[in-house]
Amino acid sequence: MSAVQRLAADETTEALFGLAREISEQELSPAAPAAEQESRFPREMFRLVGKAGLLGLPYPERFGGGGQPYETYLQVVEELASGWLAVGLGVSVHTLSCFPIATAGTERQQGWLPAMLGGDQLGAYCLSEPGSGSDAAALRTRAVADGDSYVVDGVKAWTSHGGQADFYTLFARTAGDPDAADRARGISCLHVPAGTPGVAAGPPEHKMGMRSSVTAQVRFDAARVPGDHLVGEPGRGFSIALAALDAGRLGIAACATGLAQAALEAAVSYAGQRRQFGQRIGDFEGIQFLLADMATAVEAARSLYLGAARRKDAGLRYGQQAAMAKLFASDAAMRVCTDAVQVLGGYGYVQDFPVERYMREAKVLQIVEGTNQIQRLVIGRGLAAR
Amino acid sequence: MNIVVLMKQVPDTWSERTLRAADNTLDRDAADAVMNELDEYAIEEGLRLTEAHGGEVTIVSMGPEKATESIRKALSMGADKAVHVSDEALHGSDALVTSAVLAKVLERAGFDLVILGSESTDARTGVLAAMLAERLGVPQLTFASKVDIDGSAIAIHRLADYGYDTVEGTLPAVVSVVEKINEPRYPSFKGIMAAKKKPVETLTVADLGIDPAQVGLAASATEVVEWAKRPPRAAGVVVTDDGDGGTKAAEFLASRKFI
Ligand SMILES: Cc1cc2nc3c(=O)[nH]c(=O)nc-3n(C[C@H](O)[C@H](O)[C@H](O)COP(=O)(O)OP(=O)(O)OC[C@H]3O[C@@H](n4cnc5c(N)ncnc54)[C@H](O)[C@@H]3O)c2cc1C
Repeated sequence: MSAVQRLAADETTEALFGLAREISEQELSPAAPAAEQESRFPREMFRLVGKAGLLGLPYPERFGGGGQPYETYLQVVEELASGWLAVGLGVSVHTLSCFPIATAGTERQQGWLPAMLGGDQLGAYCLSEPGSGSDAAALRTRAVADGDSYVVDGVKAWTSHGGQADFYTLFARTAGDPDAADRARGISCLHVPAGTPGVAAGPPEHKMGMRSSVTAQVRFDAARVPGDHLVGEPGRGFSIALAALDAGRLGIAACATGLAQAALEAAVSYAGQRRQFGQRIGDFEGIQFLLADMATAVEAARSLYLGAARRKDAGLRYGQQAAMAKLFASDAAMRVCTDAVQVLGGYGYVQDFPVERYMREAKVLQIVEGTNQIQRLVIGRGLAAR
Repeated sequence: MNIVVLMKQVPDTWSERTLRAADNTLDRDAADAVMNELDEYAIEEGLRLTEAHGGEVTIVSMGPEKATESIRKALSMGADKAVHVSDEALHGSDALVTSAVLAKVLERAGFDLVILGSESTDARTGVLAAMLAERLGVPQLTFASKVDIDGSAIAIHRLADYGYDTVEGTLPAVVSVVEKINEPRYPSFKGIMAAKKKPVETLTVADLGIDPAQVGLAASATEVVEWAKRPPRAAGVVVTDDGDGGTKAAEFLASRKFI
């Protein structure tokens, strides 16, 4: 029986959690170590997850989605991430990439959603650039109107699924000055199919962890994108980007919770077997206290993202709570994974056990979709504006 | 084609399993309940055959109320409907009684093909296919690693130590399958949603026209007289390599008839 007993609203939700857990335990978890070792992107796992209907859960059924509340969708992401972070995070990134069209797209664009959410396709989200990360509005990639299309030039950095994705949700400048105070104005959102001539991904970055998840630059070299691929109002794309990130941060929080849960379980199981000084190390109060703090952090992280998700599902503002959940859950994951290595001692530091990998993976969650400094900035500004 | 797949809920093989002290029957509350693994292969084969030849897959399961969870899983994999035989009186029924009850259900439902796993992970008697075929008066084709159907002709590969035998018969028939036959699919979220609307008929022993006194522990021909817990695993054998480690390892394996 899984260590996590989820509260499901009904039998369907319970069956969905069961399905996610089964896939996580039977498919993801066994395959993750080798693929991480070899930096191999698990496209087949996304197909499997897609076939199971898990690549479009939070979007309406009329768009081909699962019509599920975030409260449910995020727990599925958590289950997947506890088996393999790169897959859980990939599902979250894909969901993020579909957000602009689902929330701000035209009827025609929303007609593309069933294919995007159907399970065969994978999306990527191109906001960051080599020179603009936390200050994302300072982006320089340009989209110049030419007849009934846009011609895009520029370089996007750190694109998860870069080179593997079927479509890129691109933020580019159609007007405005990247160095001006009002630089957020003039940014537009474009839906770019991967096959578009002039779009090319660079070589994958060599990362500290989560190596199976490909991260690459995506170059746009006079790439011609049809005008009707512009999502939302021209020049208003940055607010779409931020709205998508509010939801996306909940996904990162769920991933962090899943990863921390996996580290906790590895530590508890090891502490129950390893003997020193004639007894199980799990019987030492020093280890028990460590485990108790880890378990408390995981539970708190889960509660925080679920609380934010319920606000979102109820139609309330949730950006502040999403920032808190992302901040807390990823810091908790970092601490829990570090402590899991400690519980395993020397065995935690070598690749025979998964906790050293978890520790390397946890770090990225404090950086992506707004560093944890930026989350604090979002929360702080919210407080100052009250 | 009207395919019936028999499905049993069993205690998870990964959890600690035990018998009840009171009547030496399986303690179904002591462990997580899951679908018998081989039955997933049986369901998959049923689904593939109806995808290729048309028709319907009906799940038949005999077991306590809790078995509805596994029935729902079978329906979310894609089966069309289910019959659940659930009755307190059935508690403790052995294979002979079980086959009598299931045969009644099958006669009532009608079938072109009955598919079942070659054994369940709890009792592991592996006799149900034969008993059912006998009771129903139809051919049995067992341990199938491949099933081909052409009109009313059926041919299987029957798994053997040396490879397989080809066994042929005519429908209606009973087929038991082994793991090699396919790779069972996962349910999908759509399947889970659809399963809610699929019919599940719940039957008691009386509904089947069977006298409750003819089933259950008391009416069973076989009896568990005695049982003991599996002895704790003995300490392993440590082979120290003094230059002859390979020979010692080979001798050990030979002594266990592995080589
Ligand atoms: C594995 C991985 C996957 C990624 N996937 C994607 C993706 O799919 N799409 C995408 O668009 N981006 C992606 N990113 C990019 C990620 O969002 C950025 O790395 C992140 O926003 C930080 O930007 P930066 O790396 O340029 O750091 P910088 O912005 O240069 O920050 C450097 C340091 O300065 C701090 N800092 C910056 N500004 C402030 C401030 N105002 N106050 C206090 N501290 C500050 C930061 O917190 C950080 O510690 C990914 C990154 C990684 C590592």
